[in-house]
Amino acid sequence: MNETTLQQSIKKTSKKSELTAIKPAPITLKEHIVEIISDSGEGAQKCGQSLGSIAAQMGNGIWTTEIIPAEIRPPARSVAGASGNRIRIGAGRITNGGDETDLVVAFNEQVLLGRVRAKELKPGCVILLESMWRAHADPKVVASYIETYDALVAAGYKVYEIPMELECRNHVADAKRGKNMFALGMLCYIYSLELKLAVDQIVQTFGKKDRSVVDANIRLLEAGHQWAQDNLDFCYCIPAQRSTEPQIVVNGNTALALGVLASGMEICAMYPITPATSASHYLSEVFEKVGGMVHQAEDEIAACAFAIGASYASKCTVTITSGPGYSLKQEAIGLAVMGEIPLVVVNVQRGGPSTGQPTKMEQGDLMTAIFGSHGDAPKVVMAPGTIEECFYSIITARKIAEAFNMVVVVLTDAGLATSQQPFPRPKFSESWMAPPIDQSPVPEGARPYDWDETTGLARRFIPGQPGGMHALTGLAHDRDSHVAYDAEINEQTLRFRSLKLAALQKTLKAPAVFGDRKGDLLVIGWGSTKGAIEEAVETMRAEGQKVSSTHLQFLQPLPPGIKEIMQGFKQVMTIENNWSDRPEDQIIDETNRRYSSLAILLRSRYLVDIDCWSEVKGQPIKPSTIRRVMNEKLKK
Amino acid sequence: MNMMSATECLLQMCDEHLELEDYASGVPRWCTGCGDNAILAAVQRLCRDEGLRPEKTVFVSGIGCSSRFPHYMKTYGFHGIHGRALPIAEGVRMARPDLNVFVNTGDGDCCSIGAAHWIHAIRYNMNITVFLHDNQIYGLTKKQASPTSPIGTKSNTTPRGSYLEALNPLSVTLGVQNVSFVAQAVDWIPEVLFDIVRAAYHHKGLSFVRIVQRCPEWLPASLDPWLHDPNRVQLLNHENGLQSSAGLSRVYRNQLQHDPSNIDRAREIASSTDTVPVGILYRNPEVPCYEDLRRIDELRTPELTRAGLNAELDKYTVWPQEQKEMVA
Ligand SMILES: Cc1ncc(C[n+]2csc(CCOP(=O)(O)OP(=O)(O)O)c2C)c(N)n1
Ligand code: SF4
Ligand SMILES: [Mg+2]
Repeated sequence: MNETTLQQSIKKTSKKSELTAIKPAPITLKEHIVEIISDSGEGAQKCGQSLGSIAAQMGNGIWTTEIIPAEIRPPARSVAGASGNRIRIGAGRITNGGDETDLVVAFNEQVLLGRVRAKELKPGCVILLESMWRAHADPKVVASYIETYDALVAAGYKVYEIPMELECRNHVADAKRGKNMFALGMLCYIYSLELKLAVDQIVQTFGKKDRSVVDANIRLLEAGHQWAQDNLDFCYCIPAQRSTEPQIVVNGNTALALGVLASGMEICAMYPITPATSASHYLSEVFEKVGGMVHQAEDEIAACAFAIGASYASKCTVTITSGPGYSLKQEAIGLAVMGEIPLVVVNVQRGGPSTGQPTKMEQGDLMTAIFGSHGDAPKVVMAPGTIEECFYSIITARKIAEAFNMVVVVLTDAGLATSQQPFPRPKFSESWMAPPIDQSPVPEGARPYDWDETTGLARRFIPGQPGGMHALTGLAHDRDSHVAYDAEINEQTLRFRSLKLAALQKTLKAPAVFGDRKGDLLVIGWGSTKGAIEEAVETMRAEGQKVSSTHLQFLQPLPPGIKEIMQGFKQVMTIENNWSDRPEDQIIDETNRRYSSLAILLRSRYLVDIDCWSEVKGQPIKPSTIRRVMNEKLKK
Repeated sequence: MNMMSATECLLQMCDEHLELEDYASGVPRWCTGCGDNAILAAVQRLCRDEGLRPEKTVFVSGIGCSSRFPHYMKTYGFHGIHGRALPIAEGVRMARPDLNVFVNTGDGDCCSIGAAHWIHAIRYNMNITVFLHDNQIYGLTKKQASPTSPIGTKSNTTPRGSYLEALNPLSVTLGVQNVSFVAQAVDWIPEVLFDIVRAAYHHKGLSFVRIVQRCPEWLPASLDPWLHDPNRVQLLNHENGLQSSAGLSRVYRNQLQHDPSNIDRAREIASSTDTVPVGILYRNPEVPCYEDLRRIDELRTPELTRAGLNAELDKYTVWPQEQKEMVA
């Protein structure tokens, strides 16, 4: 490309800026949703994460969500290739990704087009678009850029063309590698964030590596800030309130891994699968420092079997996977149920069935989690609803697994896995950790499965304990772990294993109600929809609607008190991110409609006509969508 | 530590001296003449002779006639699921370096449904002693061809004879990177079977012992040519391997000097078809064990966890202003 044409084009596009050289007063906002998108590898992810951290440090509520293309390296400038981050910044606490985007920074018009087509941008939203394409050597690129630009302007978007590449080149030779910091500088200006915090971020990221890298990034950051100040005719301020407590900002997968670290478990066996892998990546990095290890097995079956072997001989272990890998573990999970071996299985759900939508969010595995394996295989199923709960649920899961000698399944999803939300920094407690394993001789006359008649509980004998020798078996067995050929014994032991769920249920608290305990409509949710549902309920209540919600963290066993909660409402429905047949479809009626998973569970348990609404769009359900659904339901 | 008197010491030794019965549990439910009985006898003898603590010993198995093995040992046992004995045993070994870990697996269990784990178990080379009870048939499920069934084997799924050449477990094992111990035994020469079992136990790493095992129930005569013609059994001798006794040598004259450190020769011997080589084909004590490469020496104490967790949390913490200054 020739420099003069580029210069000319910049002149042309930055005319606006010359008119508005005076710094405008910031407009105060309650919240804003910002996106930074680029081809993958251009650093938009990093820019977005930094923006989120800076805003969190300022004391804003944040929720960041990764925008991930399905391919590792999609072709450059492709509509499906958008990679980046979406940050919702608020004056108060933010519990979910929110609705459509208010402001986008796009490194090319094609990735932007992808977001427009996905209807992710608010009408009239502000777009800061890299303008280098206007002067590109390839006339096709120029034409595509101009066409998109014109269309966006015509559609009412406020498009600012920004010569990011050109400006960056004043500071570094390879602008492709620093544009994200320039963008971060601009955003710090736009949202009145302290530039110092961004500098700290850079130092922290590139740290001791190379002073010249740090300096170059800081120059770009400052340049972006300056450029925005000199050229933009707007800026915002989202009031922040600094927390008095230390907060940590991590995504759901990191929170899971930190939970493993804190839980006292020593072995994690896994096989790579999106979107679960990053939890194991992180754990591989840090687990050994506290005496743990991550075993990458040859497949998920082996990973589960390895975890079971380790649990059997020592402390409870964990295996982390996603849908298809979870399916492969089913037979081994049955063995752990039958042998009463404690085990934590994490399923970071993704779009299914089959390879489905590997990077996308879905809550499709609830039924598999509860009813999976074969025969009657009672296991505990938990679903964290926030990033914070991702951390604590692992600690709880480990405890339950060992207290009840059961398999505990923790269901998260691709949404939680890649979203960040600050939460109070956990204060380590020794009680989180498993005690050392019992190696004392077993008492005279004790038997390997001495089930308690009331609770079904039996203590387990761990290899190394003198006198406890027995052959654990997946076959039906009696109290001595001898193979039971007798149907009577088999039936009794089914009863004991089932009773353990009831015993656990007795220890659970009734779920909290968000809103009043009486009203017109109650929404019940589970897992990652928590923040969006509660936000929708809050908004509608502020408008005077009599709606409430309750969110379940335990799905198996269901906690007590749900029936009493439901009785306070005229209508009850679940809102879920999985499939349910659409009642408006011609051949769907009450005799054949397939309900969403939680709705099926609640209908069968409480014999109440609980409706459901679900969508499977591969992304979190938006609070505005939930409001629309609830409003429609209220009209019925 | 208290000093023990000589008598006390002696008494304790007598106390701790374990007899064969101390390792036996229940009455095996294998058919009369089943080769699994011979394997059980050899292994119980090993436990007694080596004085293995029953509570420190675990037998892990899959599913099949042979996988019933742990039920007949008065040690800890884990009778798992079909094909997965090896990864279960690896988990046990990883978590517990102090235990003796054995695996009993059938030809279907190991070479068919568990084949992936078999290959990888050899790569991991964990300190586990593996007995492949190879009866060349699916016993428990009543006579279906297995991967090691000789071509032409009539079974319930191959009534007109099996179609494929048998898989050779020795060759396969010897072909995998990190292999460290491969031996072959036959159930009908108990003396050598025992010697091999003992050598396998003493090897540090994954010792893979294929035991040619008779299944009188489903393949009553299939091993007769080998059984009835001692010359078709080839004993492998070496000063670094096993040495046949004089008595044995009178019956089994077909003997070969084979240095177990020679893998190329081991592969040649493994592929012979008309004679059954019996002895140690390969041994390399230098191959590192996965558990040693991965074991964390640090004891997992609450202090260590607290420090490790806090160091990680520090990376992600947004401090309130005052505290930040304090930390800085
Ligand atoms: C997942 C699964 N598939 C199939 C079976 C049925 N099954 C049990 S044992 C067996 C084969 C046993 O053959 P082998 O491993 O050679 O052991 P053997 O009985 O000959 O000692 C099969 C197919 C099972 N238990 N589990
Ligand atoms: S069927 Fe064959 S392998 Fe099974 S117990 Fe009988 S003889 Fe042994
Ligand atoms: Mg067999």
